[in-house]
Amino acid sequence: MEKFNTHTGLVVPLDIANVDTDQIIPKQFLQKTERVGFGVHLFHERRYLDHEGTQVNPDFVMNKPEYKDASILLARENFGCGSSREHAPWAIEEYGFKVIIAPSFADIFYGNCINIGILPIQLTEAEVEELFQLAPNAQLTLKVDLPNNKVSCVLADNSVKEYAFSLSEFQQYSLENGVDSVGWTLNKLDKIKAFEEQMPAWQ
Amino acid sequence: MSNATPKTMYEKLWQTHLVEEKAGETPLLYVDRHLIHEVTSPQAFANLRFHNRQVRHPERTIATMDHNISTRSIKIDAAGEGAANQLRALEKNCKEFGIQLFGMGHKNQGIAHVMGPELGLTLPGTIIVCGDSHTATHGAFGALAFGIGTSEVEHVFATQTLRQNKAKTMKIQVNGHVGAGISAKDIILAIIGKTGSAGATGYVVEYCGEAIEALSMEERMTVCNMSIEFGAKAGLIAPDQTTFDYVKGKEYAPKGEVFEQAVIDWKNLRSDADAVFDTVITLEAKDIKAQVTWGTNPGQVVSVDGSVPSPDNFSDPVEQESCKQALEYMDLKAGTKITDIQVNKVFIGSCTNSRIEDLRAAASIVQRYQGQKVVANVDAIIVPGSYRVKEQAEKEGLDKVFTDAGFEWRLPGCSMCLGMNDDVLGAGDRCASTSNRNFEGRQGRGSRTHLVSPEMAAAAAITGHFVDLNA
Ligand code: SF4
Repeated sequence: MEKFNTHTGLVVPLDIANVDTDQIIPKQFLQKTERVGFGVHLFHERRYLDHEGTQVNPDFVMNKPEYKDASILLARENFGCGSSREHAPWAIEEYGFKVIIAPSFADIFYGNCINIGILPIQLTEAEVEELFQLAPNAQLTLKVDLPNNKVSCVLADNSVKEYAFSLSEFQQYSLENGVDSVGWTLNKLDKIKAFEEQMPAWQ
Repeated sequence: MSNATPKTMYEKLWQTHLVEEKAGETPLLYVDRHLIHEVTSPQAFANLRFHNRQVRHPERTIATMDHNISTRSIKIDAAGEGAANQLRALEKNCKEFGIQLFGMGHKNQGIAHVMGPELGLTLPGTIIVCGDSHTATHGAFGALAFGIGTSEVEHVFATQTLRQNKAKTMKIQVNGHVGAGISAKDIILAIIGKTGSAGATGYVVEYCGEAIEALSMEERMTVCNMSIEFGAKAGLIAPDQTTFDYVKGKEYAPKGEVFEQAVIDWKNLRSDADAVFDTVITLEAKDIKAQVTWGTNPGQVVSVDGSVPSPDNFSDPVEQESCKQALEYMDLKAGTKITDIQVNKVFIGSCTNSRIEDLRAAASIVQRYQGQKVVANVDAIIVPGSYRVKEQAEKEGLDKVFTDAGFEWRLPGCSMCLGMNDDVLGAGDRCASTSNRNFEGRQGRGSRTHLVSPEMAAAAAITGHFVDLNA
């Protein structure tokens, strides 16, 4: 996993609540056995006008040319609900997003993001609303500083606006250091063995 | 025991599975049982291979083929090349890593959350995970069961553990008894309607109260299955005699003295009387009516005797907007009576409602209509949850009841619940479905899903619209 330190990028606002992982990556693209090839199908049903994905939907915000290089996704509440498919954050990552900001995330999706090195940032409803006000017309560039748990932007009057966020200690450490979580746990095999030795027979 | 702090069932399950809790690290929990299927496992196996790692306890993992398979043929390539690739990859991976697989046509094959319980792979007091969000189903046994992503599947393979932050606890108490004809599906839809589709995000939910205790194991599974649909990490029901009787004698369940010892341990799992939950929600069972979803998330639900709401019925602007978008997608007008909504497809199946009791319930409604058949413009399919369910249903002649009435009787699998095979709805199709998600496009691009119980789905097939069976 790549290390995450700071990231500065353009914000694309996706003004829809309860975006589920079926919308993020529909089932017909889950038949791969590899980990690549999902980015082009991100938000397929919204991004394309036809099932085959040949006609781009010009009204969908991510298709607007000014958002072409966006790397921060601004979303509404309960983002990533539904299916546990990790294909959803894989698609988001492959498309080019490094950070997702929302007032709330579904649990499994949130964990999946951390596990692959995407930073999910939870801000308050009011803060997210404020960012939605700033985001239209590709006007919002945010600087995300993971070590200091801060997101900031420069406003029109040149003042700097800051937002604080937090992660659990280990999640923060894992992202910052690109921890191989399986390898990390494999260093604890003695603990796991000791646990197994005291388990009841039926377990 | 006297002055120990009272604990919830979740806390007890947590403590009995804690391998390590260390400052600065997410707690490490032991995983007793791991269920896998073809869609969310291939990349995990690939990573194991890449790092030259082994599956620590192959005997604790069981594989099935469910998501991607045809319901018309047991041929591995019957659902297309992409599906066949994944299914063959699962075969190869299971063989290489020594994992038991219930593949195409195996007598134990079925949807993971139907197969696990019926084989006794699901036990109270265990932690069960699967790369599938409806793993919460197994919580019906008093197991801490939750869905995981593919990176976590890999972590379980290699270490038989997972890292989990502790969730908050929510108690959902359903007092009294439901009226005649009200199913477990109605109970859980009513709960989600009350909390909203994200009402339990960050929580592990425990369902309790007389109405829950009165449920059979299969009904409890229906309730726990949909825990994820209001955001809960997992749903739990305290194991009791109903649970022990169900588990006893199942193929993979402990036997003899080991079983007796297990029951003693399992009896200690229930939440202590004075345990404190972070949130408590109470419902009166007698108020719960048959439920039908009208929108595009399971929280957008009303009673069958109600009507489609208007955005003005909501005070929260985000909900107003969601309602507006849902009505547009569902092509419904505010104020339409639910019983006036016409469907052209019916799906009875999925890990929520494809067990033998579900099929019996649906068949009993078909029989109530005495010889009436599925109405001309409706296609109705019945997809049993597993080969064992299918066999039992056929033994009881339920398949005949259905086919005589014009339903199609299919082979087991996830089928139209997510439509990864050819069981998909077309744009504009309106479906009465016993599955668990009514998301936009879930059953096919542009398709419209109404979640209901098996009884309600059967009645909709015969009449072409929703029916208040208790009217
Ligand atoms: S039946 Fe539906 S919800 Fe259940 S495991 Fe299969 S796809 Fe998932």
